[in-house]
Amino acid sequence: MKHTKRLSLAAAGASLALVLAGCGSSGGDAGAQSSGIEVPDFPVAESVGDSEGQVNIVAWAGFVEDGSTNPDADWVTDFEQQTKCQVNRKVGATSDEMVQLMRTGEYDVVSASGDASLRLIAGGDVQPLNTDLIPNFGNLVEGLKGQLYDNLNGKTYGVPIGRGANVLMYNTESVKQAPDSWADTWESDSPYKGKIMAYDSPIFIADAALYLMSTRPELGITNPYALDESQLAAAVELLKQQNEIAGEYWNDALKAVSSISTGTASLGTGWQVVVNLATADGGKVASVLPKEGATGWSDTWMISSKTKNQNCAYKWIDWASSAEVNAQIAQNFGMAPANKEACEGTKENEAHCETFHATDEEYYKQVWMWTTPVEQCIDGRTDVKCTNYQQWTKAWTEVKG
Amino acid sequence: MAWLGVLYIGSLLLLFATAFWHTDPFTSKVIPGFTLENFQELVVQEAYRNTAVRTIGIALAVTILCAALALPLGLFMAKVAGPKLRAILAIGITLPLWAGYLVKVFSWRITFSQGGPLDWVLAPLGVDGMGYGQPAVVVTLAYLWFPYMAVPVYTAFRQIPDNLFNASADLGAKSWGTIRTVALPLLKPALIAGSIFTFSLSLGDYIAAQFVGGKTQMIGTVIAQNINLNPPLAAAFGLVPILVVVAYLFLARKSGALDAL
Repeated sequence: MKHTKRLSLAAAGASLALVLAGCGSSGGDAGAQSSGIEVPDFPVAESVGDSEGQVNIVAWAGFVEDGSTNPDADWVTDFEQQTKCQVNRKVGATSDEMVQLMRTGEYDVVSASGDASLRLIAGGDVQPLNTDLIPNFGNLVEGLKGQLYDNLNGKTYGVPIGRGANVLMYNTESVKQAPDSWADTWESDSPYKGKIMAYDSPIFIADAALYLMSTRPELGITNPYALDESQLAAAVELLKQQNEIAGEYWNDALKAVSSISTGTASLGTGWQVVVNLATADGGKVASVLPKEGATGWSDTWMISSKTKNQNCAYKWIDWASSAEVNAQIAQNFGMAPANKEACEGTKENEAHCETFHATDEEYYKQVWMWTTPVEQCIDGRTDVKCTNYQQWTKAWTEVKG
Repeated sequence: MAWLGVLYIGSLLLLFATAFWHTDPFTSKVIPGFTLENFQELVVQEAYRNTAVRTIGIALAVTILCAALALPLGLFMAKVAGPKLRAILAIGITLPLWAGYLVKVFSWRITFSQGGPLDWVLAPLGVDGMGYGQPAVVVTLAYLWFPYMAVPVYTAFRQIPDNLFNASADLGAKSWGTIRTVALPLLKPALIAGSIFTFSLSLGDYIAAQFVGGKTQMIGTVIAQNINLNPPLAAAFGLVPILVVVAYLFLARKSGALDAL
């Protein structure tokens, strides 16, 4: 009881601090080290003790598999036997749902994407981690070290699992010439009018911002997740223009597979795993990373600040970060693994990392990872207020009309 | 019983209260208080108005389509078909209720897809299927809720004695006149009861819109989008279909269709 009281006090203090930070435009340096985002203070674990007997995990489908979905995908059974921690999995469908589930305090670990993690950190829902207690932490690929969405104010909150880009995918039967630009998905004179698919989430506004970065440099967008009001308005205008020529919005990978492989959609935003599933079923689908770059996502394991099973939570994260398990998760889900060594050892591992550009930092330099848009501009501007995710959600409703 | 009331009415009241709260813009945590911001947003923002009107339109179209199909089918089953055919048709109408909702929606998704069954059937006529969009949503929802309209209409037809039709004919009414002046007034309660189902179920649906709607946005879509990020706005918008259904029930009551209940 005492414990919970202290937590709620901390949370209250945090929201106060947030309000204060929002009011005073404290001039200062922005960036990963001092972001201007106040975060509730939680103690860091000092050691990992005995198993509590269970660990409750909120994860994307395919991240925590015990063989019941697919007998070949099982990295939970061994963990349970070795650590005596029983794994209870809850599959989250969207980032927003995951945030909501973590707020209930009933879950110990979450696989958070970058658009959820900042909200979780600032909301006091997750605790800073002691990476010394995660021996498998050391072998991260270059690009995933110290990202803003899992490191804040010098503390580490998340252990990377993997990453992927939102590529431009196209049906090779209707799109003869491989595209090298997003232009055909945005411009009114697109030859594929009515057959364009777009991702159905407010975070897709960043894709519009990304396209504007190269087509309308006068807007001054330097980071698609840091948009002031006029920049957001320009992105919304572009999205409304796309709405005229779009055929469908998707938010479910299987829906995307059926649209792009039947040719109901000719081209649009997709994930590499969608392309792989479609081609595995005989669909004529290919993908490119266009010259403007792309948005993308990277997922991290985080531990709840209200966890009752901290030891098992640490044990799970360490287990899932080992080269072997990380490779299994990445291959099962269809993304680039975070652990360098998950790309080594077997032919299969090497081929997978090749397909997903796992260690190709040049590739991922063009990819802007999903980050929660917040009032403090994360591109370093301090003279304006940026638009937050709630404003993006409203704008998204407006776009769809 | 009392607990049922508390749970049911209580959750509705909570929904109503939430509509006046607001959220922290950054962490999207709900903060109790009193603000009319959410309702103001619904009125001012064109997109919400359009979505509400569109959703009501879709629900009405679904209801009309269901009624238009249920009337001839009910007449045929009750008055023309033999007992065997009648049993087969009754099974045919209710059988889809046994299949999972998602399975049915997904099969319509495949039906409407490019080069899918609908395109294939229409190809000899030189016509293309309509693809995803509002018409597809109407057809899918009409299919989903059709049994709720067809069963009451069929039952009502069964209860009309045959000799009423004979009497009408003896008095010189043509078949259309008989339907209009004899059958329809007797069917009105059944049609209204059925329409309450088809209308209110369509009003709350959003999964069909997601799967076959292409870019169609319905009230449910907006609520689902906001439920995690801005629950107060979702709650405020959630009151819209409730008000519409209450108004609909009020009209139905006024017409006397619910007197038998």
